[in-house]
Amino acid sequence: MSELMTRPVPAPAVTLENKPFFDAAEEGKFLIKRCTACGEAHWYPRSMCPFCHSDKTVWEESAGEGVVYSFSILRKSPSGPYALAYVTLAEGPNVLTNVVDVAPDDLKIGMKVKVKLQPTEGGPPVPVFTPA
Amino acid sequence: MSIKGKAYLMGAFEHPTRDAPDKTTAQLHAECAKGALEDAGLGFDDVDAYFCAGDAPGFGAMSMIDYMGLKNVRHMDTTETGGSSYILHVGHAAQAIAAGKCQVALITLAGRPRNGGNRPGASMAGGARGPGLSDGPPEAGFESIYGGSTHNTYGMCAMRHMYEYGTTSEQLAWIKVAASHHAQWNEHAFLKSVVTVEDVVNSRMISDPLHLLDCCVVTDGGGALIVTSPEIAKSLKRPKVRVLGAGEAPKVQQGGKLDLTYSGAVWSGPRAFEEAGVTPADIKYASIYDSFTITVLMQLEDLGFCKKGEGGKFVADGNLISGVGKLPFNTDGGGLCNNHPTNRGGITKVIEAVRQLRGEAHPKVQVANCDLALAHGTGGSLGVRHGAATLIMEREG
Repeated sequence: MSELMTRPVPAPAVTLENKPFFDAAEEGKFLIKRCTACGEAHWYPRSMCPFCHSDKTVWEESAGEGVVYSFSILRKSPSGPYALAYVTLAEGPNVLTNVVDVAPDDLKIGMKVKVKLQPTEGGPPVPVFTPA
Repeated sequence: MSIKGKAYLMGAFEHPTRDAPDKTTAQLHAECAKGALEDAGLGFDDVDAYFCAGDAPGFGAMSMIDYMGLKNVRHMDTTETGGSSYILHVGHAAQAIAAGKCQVALITLAGRPRNGGNRPGASMAGGARGPGLSDGPPEAGFESIYGGSTHNTYGMCAMRHMYEYGTTSEQLAWIKVAASHHAQWNEHAFLKSVVTVEDVVNSRMISDPLHLLDCCVVTDGGGALIVTSPEIAKSLKRPKVRVLGAGEAPKVQQGGKLDLTYSGAVWSGPRAFEEAGVTPADIKYASIYDSFTITVLMQLEDLGFCKKGEGGKFVADGNLISGVGKLPFNTDGGGLCNNHPTNRGGITKVIEAVRQLRGEAHPKVQVANCDLALAHGTGGSLGVRHGAATLIMEREG
């Protein structure tokens, strides 16, 4: 299996809480949330810090660099094989995503990856990851 | 036992909003929780029980436990009876406290009918939309779009477990092999053929590193259980299976600090063992949830049947086969070979444990002198966002 994997991602459910994230994605920026009370970054982004429960959480632009924590390639789907993965961001949190533009046999735990904002049908772009 | 005088209402908070165009339902739940905890003079880390009903977005109690970062929950209740749910929850919380199952129960309600919020009871899929915006599960925009299924989310756990501990596909295969040895004697089993390690590792890859034969069966069907008081049990003619202990726990994605190599059994197991006053070494028969082979391996480690990371060695060479190995498991053939009705295996786990304790399992798989059994399950996604439940039972007399 040497063909590079891709996956059409459906439009995400945009909520009041995550709208700034997807608005920024439209502008090519990848944001994460950080709590200014305890300093921790978290994922998925929410209004209340899941660690110290302060509402002093702020959006922060991330370079979207990380390493593959784990992955699994679902071999059969209408669009071909695709990789579901958790990527550990340089800022700390693990992000659920698809790793794309990589051949199934080349994908490894520990591989360096970088965010790519992929267009969706009828919605804002969403973060997927590609080999760095 | 009565709940009279055994529990106290020490925090109460009514959200000041009557129109919330600018907040999600999840956010309102969390703000209400914070308000009631502050009123009581307690914090989120003091909460060890969480109650919610159909208005809570997402997957039962799991999505809100995840959203709020509750990390000490050992009792959950999502009984849905419409608007009366929260009164009923106080009664259930008092019962749980009286039974020593928890000390601080949090009950929340929230919703936004004026702003297009979901109607209570909406599923984890995504839900109704307001003007252009969703108000469904708080994690939905960052998770469900990536095509996660049970196969690949459990596959990621197996992949990481292999990476950290050197677990092999051959070791995982032994779990299926053991289940198939049991299923051959079950006339109702969906798959009755005995398989080998080679059969498993040579079967089609479904989602790396899980092969077709690492997966459970998909079956229609069902089951039911009757739990009675000691007085009723005494009046009946069936062998008595006494409940000794039960433990439960959520496991969530912890704000992104996740670890896919363990399950909620690390918390539910010790709670059940402590209440029962027994240890893993005392268990004669174990029903272990087997949606996939990796599910069994991780739960055996987490329940303490072997050390973390040594599950591969523990399950190999037929150690789970009745009459052969040290820990006979899933003697009905389990979800891997026998039955996994409506993709929920918890009830069949209890049913086979009852058969073993009664001495009514198939003679070829009946465990000798089976007087103490365990049933354990993982519901949801192994690794992230699931509920774990452990039950310990003994034969009386």
